[in-house]
Amino acid sequence: MTAVQKRILINKVALGFSTLSAVIALAFLFWILGVLMMKGVDALNWNIFIYEGSPPGYPESGLKHALVGQLILVGLATLIGVPLGIMAGTYLSEYGKNSALAHTIRDISDIMMSAPSIVIGAFVYAVVVMPMGHFSAWAGAIALAIIMIPVILRTTDDMLQLVPGTLREAAFALGAPKYKVIMDVVYRGAKAGILTGVLLGIARVGGETAPLLFTSFNDNFFTTDLNEAMPSLTVTMFNYAISPYDDWQQLGWAAAFILSMFILGLNIIGRLILLMGKRK
Amino acid sequence: MIDTLFHNLTRFSAFLILIIVAWIFVVLFNQSTEAMHAFGFDFITNDEWAPNVDKFGAYAAIFGSVASTFLAMLLAIPVAIGVAIFLSEIAHDKIKGFFGVSVELLAAIPSVIYGMWGLFFFVPILRELFGGMGIGLLAAGIVLAIMILPFMAAVTRDAMNTTPDILKESAYALGGTQWDVIKDVIIPYAKAGIIGSVILALGRAIGETMAVTFVMGNVHKVPGSILDPTTSIPVTLANEFTEADSSLYFSSLFGLALTLLVMSFVVIAVAKFYFLRKVRKAS
Repeated sequence: MTAVQKRILINKVALGFSTLSAVIALAFLFWILGVLMMKGVDALNWNIFIYEGSPPGYPESGLKHALVGQLILVGLATLIGVPLGIMAGTYLSEYGKNSALAHTIRDISDIMMSAPSIVIGAFVYAVVVMPMGHFSAWAGAIALAIIMIPVILRTTDDMLQLVPGTLREAAFALGAPKYKVIMDVVYRGAKAGILTGVLLGIARVGGETAPLLFTSFNDNFFTTDLNEAMPSLTVTMFNYAISPYDDWQQLGWAAAFILSMFILGLNIIGRLILLMGKRK
Repeated sequence: MIDTLFHNLTRFSAFLILIIVAWIFVVLFNQSTEAMHAFGFDFITNDEWAPNVDKFGAYAAIFGSVASTFLAMLLAIPVAIGVAIFLSEIAHDKIKGFFGVSVELLAAIPSVIYGMWGLFFFVPILRELFGGMGIGLLAAGIVLAIMILPFMAAVTRDAMNTTPDILKESAYALGGTQWDVIKDVIIPYAKAGIIGSVILALGRAIGETMAVTFVMGNVHKVPGSILDPTTSIPVTLANEFTEADSSLYFSSLFGLALTLLVMSFVVIAVAKFYFLRKVRKAS
């Protein structure tokens, strides 16, 4: 075999291997997606939205408690996390700019974004659950908000920086105070970007299970009391899936399907908004 | 007036991030002092975890975390690089778009679901193939590898795509095959980005809880083989936090949480400050 033939052979083998690894990877990933779709669609029915949790074997059993609980937890986390995240991002982009302090805060929040979420759960357990003496929706929402803040902070910061400086100068020239310039000019210019950050932040915490295990805990009954343990789709999914009961496992898959579709929807909408903003 | 108020409000929110991070460290440290006093350095080196006699050694959990993460990286890195090469150099444009959408889909799936799939669909196959329980280190490593794969492949592809065309063209002009160009031009050019994404994925895998809780077994023993059930720090926390019944037990769990936080903080900081900084400068 000549040197050239050898190189051509090596080339074919190497490219063959990378194509093979793509096939293997996609096969696994579509296996998981397929399971989620098949099992989830199979288990879907109206009862899920009408009834709350019941003991295994009971036909009138649903996920109403977990669906409402999930909405309450994520909604509450959004109410806490979004204003804080947007304001912190505003500080970095409009006041801190390139100062060492602003860079430190950016770096720390990047690291926070990848910190293990179960550790945040342990932290909230120590500072909220222990003093209160019991699990609560508040604790769960605070844990989720802590995870959400860095995501929103970073996107807000990035998006505000894209607003041209000349716009700010024009507003200043008309005699507007800085807060008015930020509120009426900068925020307006970055509206789509900020909204995208918020949607991605919500999607990020929507699937979190670990930090809820010992903050909002879980419950099999419908409740709207924020001072009590609160059911969530994710923890319910976990508990039902590891239970030995067939009907509970079915509900677990239904919950998995509903939640994945919801998070996927948020991701797609967020990216569409960003794409449309860029087209303009 | 309102101006100063607004300024201070935003400044407070930004500082809140620093306060929360510092607060997390302080709280976890304080909560784990009881365990540290009781066991000292043995907490990390001893593998006996026996709540019934108030003995807590974290070695098995730390070992499980490191071993499952290592296994996941071993499996995921070559495949991710292969996928990235396929996407940036081989695949047709239509496949690229299709893959992009699939990655979005997969990033949207909560990690509990990877765990459920692992337990119900993958573990039985492992049991069939290798005997034993199917649950254990190998199952955890594979599930983790699948979870971090899309992220790693996407970042690696992006890093490879930043290679200037003129570099590739000149290598082709010298008579290089496609593989020569990938091996000698694209991979060296994208190296820092690839390593950065690998370390970032590693940071995620260490802290990943739900995907492995299903398939690891929660047995506090250093496994004899990769087929044996074992535990990891997040798995122990997820399974035992609400069951702890003594203050020393609680304190030991907080000690585990602190260990995990320090491990992932170091890993992510290395990726971010050393490798990804270089990428940012280059792009």
